[in-house]
Parts: sequence; C-alpha cells; structure tokens
Amino acid sequence: MSDLNHSKIIKDFPTLDLKVNNHRLVYLDNGATTQRPLQVINAMRSYAEGSHGNPHRGAHFLSTKATEEYELAKEAVRNFINAKSTEEIIFTKNATESLNLIANSYGMENVHKENEIVLLISEHHSNILPWQRVARVKEAVLKYMYVDDQGRLPLEEIERKISDKTRIVAMAHMSNVLGTIFPVKEIIDYAHSKGALVVIDGAQSTPHIKVDVKELDADFFVFSAHKLMGPMGIGVLYGKKDLLESMPPFLLGGDMIEYVYEQEATFAPLPFKFEAGTQNVDGAVGLRAAIEYINKIGIENITAYERILTGYALEKLLSIPYIRIQGPKIAEDKGGLISFTIDDVHPHDTASILDTYGIATRAGHHCAQPLMRYLDIPATSRASFYIYNTKDDVDQLLEGIKNVRKWLGYGS
Amino acid sequence: MDLSTIYTQLIMEHNKSAHNRRELESPDLRQRGHNPSCGDDITLDIKLEGGIIRDASFHGHGCAISQASTSIMIDLIKEKTVGDALNLVNTFIGMIKKEISDEEILEKLEDAIAFQNISNMPARVKCAVLAWHTLREAIA
Ligand SMILES: Cc1ncc(COP(=O)(O)O)c(C=O)c1O
Ligand SMILES: [Zn+2]
Repeated sequence: MSDLNHSKIIKDFPTLDLKVNNHRLVYLDNGATTQRPLQVINAMRSYAEGSHGNPHRGAHFLSTKATEEYELAKEAVRNFINAKSTEEIIFTKNATESLNLIANSYGMENVHKENEIVLLISEHHSNILPWQRVARVKEAVLKYMYVDDQGRLPLEEIERKISDKTRIVAMAHMSNVLGTIFPVKEIIDYAHSKGALVVIDGAQSTPHIKVDVKELDADFFVFSAHKLMGPMGIGVLYGKKDLLESMPPFLLGGDMIEYVYEQEATFAPLPFKFEAGTQNVDGAVGLRAAIEYINKIGIENITAYERILTGYALEKLLSIPYIRIQGPKIAEDKGGLISFTIDDVHPHDTASILDTYGIATRAGHHCAQPLMRYLDIPATSRASFYIYNTKDDVDQLLEGIKNVRKWLGYGS
Repeated sequence: MDLSTIYTQLIMEHNKSAHNRRELESPDLRQRGHNPSCGDDITLDIKLEGGIIRDASFHGHGCAISQASTSIMIDLIKEKTVGDALNLVNTFIGMIKKEISDEEILEKLEDAIAFQNISNMPARVKCAVLAWHTLREAIA
C-alpha cells in the first residue's frame, strides 16, 4: 500500500511479536504511547554500557561522553523541528511538564487581570489545568473555542474568541480524541495579529507529521518522546529564544546556575536555565535514536502511509451501521487516530473484549473531560495507528468489533 | 482469559434490563459513585423503613459490568436490613479480593456470585465493585 518496507519495519519492534491471550498483538493504542524499535532499545543500552556519567559536571571520560550524548540529542531535536538553535530546546519530563513550565513561568509573569487565555475545547487536561491556575491566580479569563460537528475549528470561531484582550492561545496541533489536525499556522498568524502568543501542544502531531516551528512561527511548542517511539520520561519544550530569556526559571537547583551566594543567585544561560538537576540522559539518547529512526523512514512517508491506513479504516468503520465516529470522517482532515462508539456498548466493554482478542485500544474520556461533556458522551473507544500498523491490523479490529457486539448479546 | 466467565448471560441480561433503572421519588438516601478513571457514574436511591431497605434503584451510565453489578446488588438488598446489606457488601468485596472463598458464605450473594472471576480482568474490578462501595457510603 506504499513503498515502505513493512515486513522490515515490523521486525524492528520486539513487542509486536507478543502473543496476547493467544492472539497476535494488534497494537492500536499509539495515541497513548508507542512501541520502541530495536534501534532505540540498543542505543539506550549502549549508552548505559559505555557512556554513562553525569553530564556537564565532571572532567572525566564518562562525564564528557554523557555530555556529548546529551548535546547530540539536543541537536537532533533542533533539527527535527527546525528550531534556530539548541538554546531554544529544553528537555523536560514530558509534554505535561513542558506545558506546566510555560504556564508557571511565562503565564504567571505575563498574564494580568482581565487578560484572556484562549484554549480549544478539545484540549488534553495537561493543556487546561495549568491555564486554569494562571487564570485563577491572575484573575484572567479562560475562554474556549468550540469545534463543529465534524470536529473542525471554524474560522468564525477563531475570530470570535481571539481578540486584543487575548494574551495566550494554547491548543493542540492534533486532537488526541478527535484526531483533527488543526490549521495552527493560520491560527498563529491570526493570534499574532492580535498581539497574543501561541502555545502549541504537539504531543499527537510531532510523531506523525512534519513540524517546522520556524515556518509555523509558534511561540512555544511541546511534545513527549514516548509518543514517537522514544522512551518515557523525556519531553521537549521549544520556545523562541527571546521569550525563554525573558522568563524566570521554573525549577531551581544544580546545573541551572551561574553564581550562587548566601542570599541570591544568578542563572545559567539557555537552555540550562530551565534544566535544573541531573537530566535524563538515557532518555535523551533514546529520543535521538527515535528521531533518527523516523528520519530514516522519512516523516512525510509516515504521514502518507498513515493517511492511507486511516482512510481504509474510516471507510470500513463508516460502513458499519452501529458505529459512530467522533471527529472528522475523512482522512485528509485528521491524523491516524479514530474515536468511535458502538451502539448499545460501553467503550470499557469494547476495550476489554478487544483485549481478549489481542487488540489494544483505549477507552474512556482520554484526559479530555470538557470535550466529552461538550460532545455529550461519557466515553469513546479509540484506535490510533503508527508506522508499524497494517491493513491486517485494521481488519482484526473490525473483526473484533463484530465480536464485541456478539458478546453483549447483539447480532453483528 | 475466557470471556464467557465474565460476560455471562446473567450479567448481560442485567446490563440490558431496566427494572432497577429509575429515580425514586423522595428517597431517604441518595448516593453518587463514580470511577473517574473510566467514567462509570451511578447514583443509588434508597427508601428505608425502620432500618429495612424497602426500595432501591439506580440511574447513571457505565459499562456492562458496572451496570449489571448495580442491578444485581439492588435485587439482592431489597427487603434486607441495613446491617445485612452491609454484611453482603463486605462479602462481595471479600469475594472479589479472593479473601472469601467459602461457598456457604458466598451463596448469600446469590446472583452476585457471577462476578467471582472479575479479578481475571484486573482493569475491570473497579467497575464491579462501584455499586457496592457506593452502597456502603450511603448506609454505613
Ligand atoms: C494532546 C496531548 N497533550 C498532552 C499529552 C500529555 O502527554 P504526556 O503524558 O506525555 O505528558 C497527551 C498524551 O497523553 C496528548 O495526547
Ligand atoms: Zn466500567
């Protein structure tokens, strides 16, 4: 279905060999986290075996090696999202920590009484809660832009909500529930014309589509390594250099200082100002290996392949009368992620029953309760794809869905 | 994992059945219980008369396991004293935790024994015990 060498790609992923409940594992929970290829596993192992020390601290062989590895990872990330310099790349624990850093450091300093913060109704809780706190403490107003019945964001809604009063617009590039890829470039331009800054949550988009922070002109951009075949425990915060320089540090401690006196301290330059304490070098090594893996396949190839797969899945799902799809129903408007419900079946039951057939999906509110309330549904099932999924996986899912209906006592 | 030990006919019937699904008019006790992680959300209504549960019902939404467990529990506790109902809650939770396996004790749970195997599906234990914890909150 494309010129990717699939049988070769699949062999890179040891977990895909697993048998679950005596079935071949069909892993369709990539929106939650992705599986790691041998290239990532081995890179982390060889770091542990031959390069592990505390970076930036010791004048000895291993400390120097670890520093080099850490810097190489920074450069790989910079290149991956096309930032100007590695000073603009901060390593964090995950997208959540990156968003908290922005809200606490930039938000608390720059949002004032009666200013407005504009979010999208479909945001992940990690891009809602930090802003709720800023709004509460600073007596600012939190506003939401609402999606239409196809899960898209109408232009009028953008123009209605973003105004001269807006200080910050914070939104996901791609929704983890609807799968919608939002026109962030247009929104950023519009927000800038109103004097607002834009924070883009790229947790779902970065693994699947080309991100160019310079072209987007994003003020901040965040993502997590574990959703792009990297390890858990490392995430990225990109920020424009002048913004990061103007911001107070988030965490305080070792490695982020210049001079420390009894009563005060001065801080290290970027990016170290925001990287307090010993950093996750293992994670950085794994993240770099994951980026190299993606680069080898080509992110455009990944996007194209997933679009075909998503189109195939949508077509099949839409032909089943008892399936409802949330979000866009055409592959061009979305990434490889489909939320659906089965009539008369609760998504928890769907997930449990699919699991007994070896099919991993997610059920629930997907950390987006305001969206679920807006859509007036308690939960959805979600199948999300990555480069190692195949048409056969989609067929297994469809077969599994029929079985779900049967187990709950409905004809298929 | 054998699904047929969990998605049993009895559980599926209770999931679809509406006979305990309504709101009571001016209940003596009304208690909401929910599983934030998975979204099961039920409200129990109870009418008491001299320490006896004269009527009980529930409303809300959730998965088949949570809905069936609630309905089966309501059938079981009607016309029981509050003390007996509390004992049944403890027995049920003991069964789920595999702390009680004595068949004679478990028999008192009647149809609720159907949930005995839910611990084979660890992610769903919360769904099965939701109603029982909610009842305990209401009457304890
Ligand atoms: C859109 C979106 N934002 C943020 C997050 C949070 O990511 P993490 O848990 O890695 O911080 C997720 C993932 O769950 C997500 O899908
Ligand atoms: Zn449940």
